[in-house]
Amino acid sequence: MSIFISREACVGCRRCVEACPGNLIKLDADGKAYIRHPKDCWGCTSCVKECGREAISFFLGADMGGRGSRLTTHKEGDFRYWKITDAAGLEQTIVVNQKDANRY
Amino acid sequence: MERERIVTDVLIIGGGTAGCYAALTIAKESPGTKVVIAEKANIIRSGCLAAGVNALNAYITPGQTAQDYVDYAKRDAAGIAREDLLLSMAEGVNRVTEHLEQLGLVILKDEYGAYAARGKRNIKINGENIKPLLAEAVKKQKNVTVINHVNITDYLLADGGIAGAVGFHVDERKAYVFLADAVLCATGGAAGLYRPNNPGFSRHKMWYPPFNTGAGYAMGIRAGAEMTTFEMRFIALRCKDTIAPTGTIAQGVGARQINAKGEVYETKYGITTSERVYGTAAENLAGRGPCYLHTEGISESQSEDLLKAYLNMAPSQTLKWIESGRLPHEQDVEIEGTEPYIVGGHTASGYWVDTDRRTTLPGLYAAGDVAGGCPQKYVTGALVEGELAAQAILADLGAAGSPLRRADEKRRRLREERIATETERYLGEYEAHLSSGGSPAMFTAEQLEEAMQKVMDNYAGGISTHYRYNERQLHIADDKILMLQKMTEKLHADDMDELLHVYELKERLLVCRVVIAHLAARKETRWHAFAENTDYPGQSDEWLKYVNSVYRDGKVKIRFRELTDTGKQERAEVYGG
Repeated sequence: MSIFISREACVGCRRCVEACPGNLIKLDADGKAYIRHPKDCWGCTSCVKECGREAISFFLGADMGGRGSRLTTHKEGDFRYWKITDAAGLEQTIVVNQKDANRY
Repeated sequence: MERERIVTDVLIIGGGTAGCYAALTIAKESPGTKVVIAEKANIIRSGCLAAGVNALNAYITPGQTAQDYVDYAKRDAAGIAREDLLLSMAEGVNRVTEHLEQLGLVILKDEYGAYAARGKRNIKINGENIKPLLAEAVKKQKNVTVINHVNITDYLLADGGIAGAVGFHVDERKAYVFLADAVLCATGGAAGLYRPNNPGFSRHKMWYPPFNTGAGYAMGIRAGAEMTTFEMRFIALRCKDTIAPTGTIAQGVGARQINAKGEVYETKYGITTSERVYGTAAENLAGRGPCYLHTEGISESQSEDLLKAYLNMAPSQTLKWIESGRLPHEQDVEIEGTEPYIVGGHTASGYWVDTDRRTTLPGLYAAGDVAGGCPQKYVTGALVEGELAAQAILADLGAAGSPLRRADEKRRRLREERIATETERYLGEYEAHLSSGGSPAMFTAEQLEEAMQKVMDNYAGGISTHYRYNERQLHIADDKILMLQKMTEKLHADDMDELLHVYELKERLLVCRVVIAHLAARKETRWHAFAENTDYPGQSDEWLKYVNSVYRDGKVKIRFRELTDTGKQERAEVYGG
């Protein structure tokens, strides 16, 4: 389980570098973000949420039952949109109202 | 190496839950007191709250009292918990909850506008942004300076107490020397000591933050602080693979624990935290695994709510449900016990503190997961401990003739000299690892970490032995960990990132040694799974006492303390000496 950072979408704003609680994300010589230690990712998705460009997606390693789906997210007002794109490219979105508390 | 010297009134090591709240407390109660937070990552998302939380697990709901919470926590710990610490914590949890709501935390309300309870001690929240809320509040305080990306490795000892700390930047070739009248340790507990559930690519998909490497414990151990209850390891019962929380499912939709035959087994082994883990391990051992939370048959809307609830705290579980093609109402959720962790916020391992959270070293305070004796504190309890420690610091700094202020000119000079010597020693160690004269790259920190986790797993009660160990095994574990400790001295680091990993490994190895010594010292099985000693499989009233330790001359010296002890006389002894 780890993250994938799209070089094309990354603008080098460093927000993910700052957000990672494990100091795992660095900028390369071109100023693009990369994860230096993919196996050290905790899966907290802090970087996925901080990225304003949806350049970072989260995936499950094969050892956790991952089958190639990717998770990205963005926020609009009080709503957080979580988009899951499976290996075949099919998308589904779950919307969570941040003003709603968990009922469980 | 470049170095920066920072002088402050109060140094807080670790800007997580407890550290941030201590800073907020000092800002509110004494805006003239200078506070520096030294944080290994960036306080915006660092510590246990990075992914978010879905409930506040320590709250006194209507009809309950703080004493009820104390009684519950003490029962769950089979008697080994400090009542004074638990009570002062429980009395504050509702106060800090209200403050969290003022900071912007969304809390579920009932029809009368009161917080909606989940059971006797929990309330439901939307805690996805709980850490950013805390961090933003801290950043607004004028007297608080946050220094991100600095890894603290050692306290500076001088004048019979703690006078500051040293560390290094995690990217830039730069050392930091902090001088402070009071130091609060709020680094969190220790993960990564034992081989984890997913040892390969997903090795860091664990319950506790893998970046909490036991730094605060290790610094205190090296400095000779008294530590308590390291034998009460914490093992979480989690969703298989994703290591996501099970409480949201168990309490949220009332799912029971069942074995492969569909039998409800949770009632068979008892319902304390350790018994729930033990029951699952026992069912597996008896050939009745895997075990599940029985969710098949819940409603589709409950299923959907679960998907959302997990996105707010453990998105990997939601992704796993979707990837499998079967949602929670269509399949039971497999569960497993994690590897053991050392964490004072769930169990009781940590600094031996007095009621106000002073450690046994003058000038040093502890709060949150690094502080011992006070289990079941969770988020709100950690906040309260940050508050209590901050108040103790302010009281001690403000007292007339406070020894912490060190006004005497001659003592001040001696202190400076001692600090300079200590600083050179620690910075010399950093340089030694970074210098090209280090050993060839035959061994790396990563390799030694794997070796450490294998030793702890095989010989100190990890997952592979179903958490069981005996004295002979502990002996072997200690020998092997000692050898690994020696091997770390020659580790080479190419850059600061590698240096960070070298120090994290050193911290973990030292914590391992204390864990092994404590496990060997408690000659009973007080808690199933948490400390399952096969040489002494039963519980004995003789062992209704604390196992404490002090590290001296490279050895872990065990000392026992009565259950009525509140840490007070320890401080007197230190000051008197």
